[in-house]
Amino acid sequence: MANFAFEGRWPLDKTSMRPGLATSALVVLSLLLLPIGAASAASGDALPHSPLSPEAKASLQLSGKPAGGTADHSRFEILQQDFKSGPEVTKACLSCHTEAADQVQHTLHWKWQTTNEATGQTLGKRTVINAFCGNVASNEPRCTSCHAGYGWEDMRKDPPSEPEAVDCLVCHADTALYSKYPTKAGHPLYEPITVNGKTEMPPDLGKAARSVTNPQRQNCGSCHYYGGGGDGVKHGDLDSSLNQPDKTLDVHMNKDGLNMACTACHAGSGHQWPGSRYSMEAKPTTVARDGEETKTAKIRKLDQLASLMEPSATCESCHSNRPHDGSDLMGIKLNDHTDTVACQTCHIPEFARGGVATKTLWDWSTAGKLKDGKPYKDMDEHGHPSYMSEKGNFEYGENIKPFYAWFNGETTWTLLDDKIDPTKVVEINALGGSPSDGKSRIWPFKQMLSRQPYDMETNQLVYNHVFGKDDTALWTNFDWSKSVPAAMDFIGKDFSGKLGFVDTHMYWPITHMVAPKDQAVRCTECHAKQGRLDGITGIYMPGRDTFKWLDWIGYAAFGLTVLGVLFHALLRIIFRNRKKQA
Amino acid sequence: MTDMTSASSPATGKAESSKAKTFHRKVKNYSRYERFWHWSQAILIFTLAFSGFTVHGTIRFIPFATAVMIHDIAAFVLIFLWLFTAFWTFTTGQWRHFVPTNAGLWDVIMHYLVGMMRGQPHPYKRTLSRKQNPLQSFAYFSIMTVVGPLLWLSGLAYMFYSFWEGNSGNNDIFSLVVLLHLIGAFLMVAFVIGHIYMVTTGKTLIHYTKAMITGFEDMELTEAEVTYLETHEPDRIK
Repeated sequence: MANFAFEGRWPLDKTSMRPGLATSALVVLSLLLLPIGAASAASGDALPHSPLSPEAKASLQLSGKPAGGTADHSRFEILQQDFKSGPEVTKACLSCHTEAADQVQHTLHWKWQTTNEATGQTLGKRTVINAFCGNVASNEPRCTSCHAGYGWEDMRKDPPSEPEAVDCLVCHADTALYSKYPTKAGHPLYEPITVNGKTEMPPDLGKAARSVTNPQRQNCGSCHYYGGGGDGVKHGDLDSSLNQPDKTLDVHMNKDGLNMACTACHAGSGHQWPGSRYSMEAKPTTVARDGEETKTAKIRKLDQLASLMEPSATCESCHSNRPHDGSDLMGIKLNDHTDTVACQTCHIPEFARGGVATKTLWDWSTAGKLKDGKPYKDMDEHGHPSYMSEKGNFEYGENIKPFYAWFNGETTWTLLDDKIDPTKVVEINALGGSPSDGKSRIWPFKQMLSRQPYDMETNQLVYNHVFGKDDTALWTNFDWSKSVPAAMDFIGKDFSGKLGFVDTHMYWPITHMVAPKDQAVRCTECHAKQGRLDGITGIYMPGRDTFKWLDWIGYAAFGLTVLGVLFHALLRIIFRNRKKQA
Repeated sequence: MTDMTSASSPATGKAESSKAKTFHRKVKNYSRYERFWHWSQAILIFTLAFSGFTVHGTIRFIPFATAVMIHDIAAFVLIFLWLFTAFWTFTTGQWRHFVPTNAGLWDVIMHYLVGMMRGQPHPYKRTLSRKQNPLQSFAYFSIMTVVGPLLWLSGLAYMFYSFWEGNSGNNDIFSLVVLLHLIGAFLMVAFVIGHIYMVTTGKTLIHYTKAMITGFEDMELTEAEVTYLETHEPDRIK
């Protein structure tokens, strides 16, 4: 028996000896190469992320996985070449990381499409309409500059299927050495380009390939900070200020503190990680798949790593659902909130706090105006555009108090085929949840106000063709009567020709920019009349709510008692002499 | 020191003319613990009302969080005081003073409404075994059996709502708990106002207050009572 078990673990037959031999050969080879590598490091060639440089090691952000240490990509022979294109680099990566492309191609980052199990809707960038630029289809090379691959030029087709189309560098390379070009469907520059007199040089792909490591905030941020067309425009809680945040901006990402990378919380495996806002955990579970309660955050983390529990990017994953000091009366009171209030509601008092403004209003209906036949731009007092001929009117804001609502994690989207009521504000992603379903909590959101194009005949939202050097794109021709029909034609949908504009709301859950605890929302800011949670219904909140007429009966009883006492006292004073007579 | 006046019947407490001799003496009616209990309870009730109506949003002199902390701590102290006093009341036999009685209740009410204005003497003469008039007994008994439990029970449910409400999102029951607590609070406030006013209706405005501070009070005693106290409880009589 023992022999069998031994064989099972260490097969000693000749065929399985081969990898062992190969490994030994590699070890010898790397030992031979070591002095060369060390020499090149000493001469200052060590790349910023190379584990050879102790400063770099210290500056690496805390990731979901510890940064290897056993492999220095700057010394990989296959990466010592003059790569001509992104896919060439990917091919080199895949020669070792054999499963990586397949993994990536099964994720939302690749497919831009997901089915929401709760609502049955097909969501993802490929189909949804948002309150910013609107839609991807017909604007591909611009929008897919944020696709995790190369060359997705047509939303009507699936993303490219060849493994080399995956872009490894955008997530793993030093962002100082590599970036996708904004209009090349995910490719970086391969030739120098001159725009408005400024020449941009293509990245050195070899150098970029040798710089790879676990994704840093800058990597994720290269797309997620700039959604909606600019720094901080879309989310409000994600912008470039999070590259080097101090403690007051974000306690977790604090560059002088934990310095956590995005993947420290969005920690998964196989290039798949939790935290999509298409389906969120509004009230996270701490129960593992076997139904057992995970008692501590450490157990939870291990269970998630061992696939005994769904990976989760929630506060509760580490902090539990009783996060405040339970030996202290205030801590107990605060812990009593976790059933109804999301952590973020108190711990992110305001968003857009890092000095980068976020867009709060976008009125498309005014786009297309020209001055002397030319497009123009107005700026507000803070230097943000307030009008652009391409895009219409804007408002920006910083240090914004969130909008609060009951939220169960599900959103129902107004998609292209959904009917709208143009007399009302259209909810682009209506928030699910109620005070009594047991699944919802009060969450903070950025509420985006927009005015967007729709078909007045069919009462449906429409797609818009904004980008391209052709004769229909709005940003080139400033003509709505061409841009909307072109986009609708592109995806094969009918358009009546009657274009209207409808007011919309879109909701962005606020979950980053967690403030230090002493800057959390004060009790009085919600437990008060006209407080932060004034619009929240379905729950009794001490300090905010009364029982209306029942309260008045109470106050009347108080008043009448006082009056009665005063009246009695008055009578006593009036008749005070009777006592002597008696 | 000893005055001879008309006597009262200890059995009913009603004023009657009798030929028995009575003595006016200062008697210690309120023991040290009783006075401690009374005044600490008074402070706690004021604290609870002040912080509680801050939490409710009626008044806003201190921050919400401070009010919650003060209210919770005061509530625990008062519950502890109550439990201990209940123990004391039963072990020392003091509970007898609180048993409500209808006998003479109407007379006392009529006295406060009419007789008092006419300068008539109080119809109830307090005795060693019965310190409180029927209206007082009725009021205190109601506070102890209705308003008090209503406040403490709803307050504990309010405080520990996360233990029973759990994840159910059952906000209606929580609202009901708050409502009951609030009703209790209003009743208690009304009682306190009435109580403080009634304190001024003694022989002088501060007669009762003084008694609750020093413990001593002028009482009419029979000769037997005086003899008993002087012999067995000399500390209780001056």
